[in-house]
Amino acid sequence: MPEMTLIDAIREAMDEELARDERVFITGEDVGPRGGVFRATLGLYDKYGPNRVIDSPLAELSIVAIGIGAALAGMRPICEIQFADFIHPAFNQIVNEAARFYYRSDGQWPVPLVIRAPYGGGIGGGLYHSQSVEAFFAHVPGLKVVVPSNPRDAKGLLKSAVRDPNPVLFFEPKKGYRLIRGEVPEGEYTVPIGPAQVTRSGSDLTVYAYGMMHFYTLQAAEMVAAQDGIQAEVVDIRTLAPLDKQTILESFKKTGKALIVYEDNRFLGYGAEIAAILADEAFEWMDGPIRRLAGPDVPGVPFSHSMQDFFMPSVEKIAQAMRELAGY
Amino acid sequence: METKLQPQTKIDDAGVELDEQALEQMYWEMLRSRRLDERGWVLHRQGKIAFHISGFGHEAIQVATAFAIRKGYDYVHPYYRDLALNLALGYTPREFMLALYGKQGETTSGARQMPSHWGSRRLNIVSGSSPVATQVPQAAGMALAVKLRGEDRVVITSLGEGSTSQGEWYEGMNWAGVHNLPLICIVENNIYAISVPVHKQMAVQNVADRAPMFGVQGVIVDGNDVLACYRAMKEAVERARNPQSKMRATLLEAKTYRPVPHSSDDDDRTYRTREEVEAWKQRDPLMRYQAYLLERGILTEEKIAAYEAQAREEIDAAQAAAEAAPYPPPEYALEKLFAPSPGE
Repeated sequence: MPEMTLIDAIREAMDEELARDERVFITGEDVGPRGGVFRATLGLYDKYGPNRVIDSPLAELSIVAIGIGAALAGMRPICEIQFADFIHPAFNQIVNEAARFYYRSDGQWPVPLVIRAPYGGGIGGGLYHSQSVEAFFAHVPGLKVVVPSNPRDAKGLLKSAVRDPNPVLFFEPKKGYRLIRGEVPEGEYTVPIGPAQVTRSGSDLTVYAYGMMHFYTLQAAEMVAAQDGIQAEVVDIRTLAPLDKQTILESFKKTGKALIVYEDNRFLGYGAEIAAILADEAFEWMDGPIRRLAGPDVPGVPFSHSMQDFFMPSVEKIAQAMRELAGY
Repeated sequence: METKLQPQTKIDDAGVELDEQALEQMYWEMLRSRRLDERGWVLHRQGKIAFHISGFGHEAIQVATAFAIRKGYDYVHPYYRDLALNLALGYTPREFMLALYGKQGETTSGARQMPSHWGSRRLNIVSGSSPVATQVPQAAGMALAVKLRGEDRVVITSLGEGSTSQGEWYEGMNWAGVHNLPLICIVENNIYAISVPVHKQMAVQNVADRAPMFGVQGVIVDGNDVLACYRAMKEAVERARNPQSKMRATLLEAKTYRPVPHSSDDDDRTYRTREEVEAWKQRDPLMRYQAYLLERGILTEEKIAAYEAQAREEIDAAQAAAEAAPYPPPEYALEKLFAPSPGE
């Protein structure tokens, strides 16, 4: 299997879907000749032309709204929001419109739409190029929220998202765009939206994570295995909504201890729901406190390196949290 | 190109090529919508329904629009006042009554939405929400899809003048201009956004004055003159349908008035005088058009009485059917969350 970076896998998914289905088109800021500021759409404009890869005006709400409208009219748009931090002007269109269209029309008007957005910190982006916005959208019934952690999943999940008849938010860990490499199967394949995946087997505790934090968690798990003899099971949530509760619960019933790692600030973040589900539905198996490792509750990731590093969960911080919980 | 606003009692039929049957059909659509709308107010006062929002007074531009487009082929993304438009496109009084009562079998939303949020796949009418102007950039997206596929559909969207204060309207119109989209945005300017008058919405005289900033065609029409509206819409549709047009998109402002409160929860005595509302009656689009058709001999008093009886009969039957219908099963609230994937 060829090895590739996360961003190459994402580009390849779009390339293949553009080739497969003429209803698919891409719009967003700088997605055309420039190939996107992260180069996710590099070469696609030249290959498919200006009617398939469309530079949008610099206005996020209408990037999404145009996508919704085109989807209503039978197209399969992929909308790129340049940074997840800039998605908020489109909140109304995503939450009030895309999420509710199918339900509010009694199934008459589905919205097969993909919204891609790079998210996450640790890249010197300060308050407005570092945000994790997944919890806002995972809260809303009618939206699917996907966060891949590796190239294989990124490609397969993005292809599934394009083919899904519902609105899918696809958040990409931008710090991992070129940092995360991995094998990607040759030829056509998809990864289904929905199932979580146990990516490391262990018996002492379960660590739940997604995106960049999953990448770090696997490293931290190897570290504590080698240094402390702790065997952590790792679950890559992958699809945040709708959530695969079965895989979440099965792992917890095996280990009895749960650590949830996410890089959003902690309060009412995605980990809170995992914790609540475990407390509610697996109380009898609980063998320790349910722990969350996340960013501090401040309005953003600060720019300066010292404060950024203070904010971000890291391999070392995750390893330390594992040791504490395993020793409980 | 531009139609001058003439707030008067006459009907301007210059250049309108409709046969007498079509002219009479327009009257019927306006009349039926008015009577159904009035019934909505009555049912609310009787405590039989929880909510009614009205298109009273807006019938001319709406019926004209339905007659100017290809029904069921062109896309329509309307707003909550568009009862007459929906009816003229094929929505039925029976369907509307099921919506007013929130009963099982309601066709637009399965009785999930408040009445007048529309939506019919069959008629190519898109489902609406309550936050205003959200439909405009979506309609632009539909028009983009139409253009990308090289179809000759046009896309109609509508909203009130107050809603043009929303950023979503500006962004949608901007796309229409940048991509020269087959989009017609109808602004039904009734000079009030609930209580707030138009001069507190915008510093320019007309909504259509903003058309040049988008690079779309601006048109102002007397929204209470059904034939002036028809002519303006027909021209706009022809421009939109022709891919060679330099400006396919139109911002069409229909100057009208809402002689009733915003909704059944509003009291318009708190923001305007009775004299002002009374003065509107001189310009009532239905009565104006009726006088015109009587003068041309297309309508007679006997025909009018027959149409009134027909409307009453249809609306009575629709109301009875809605009253007899059950409420949806409570658990139906859990249905239609996601569209099934192929193979599911």
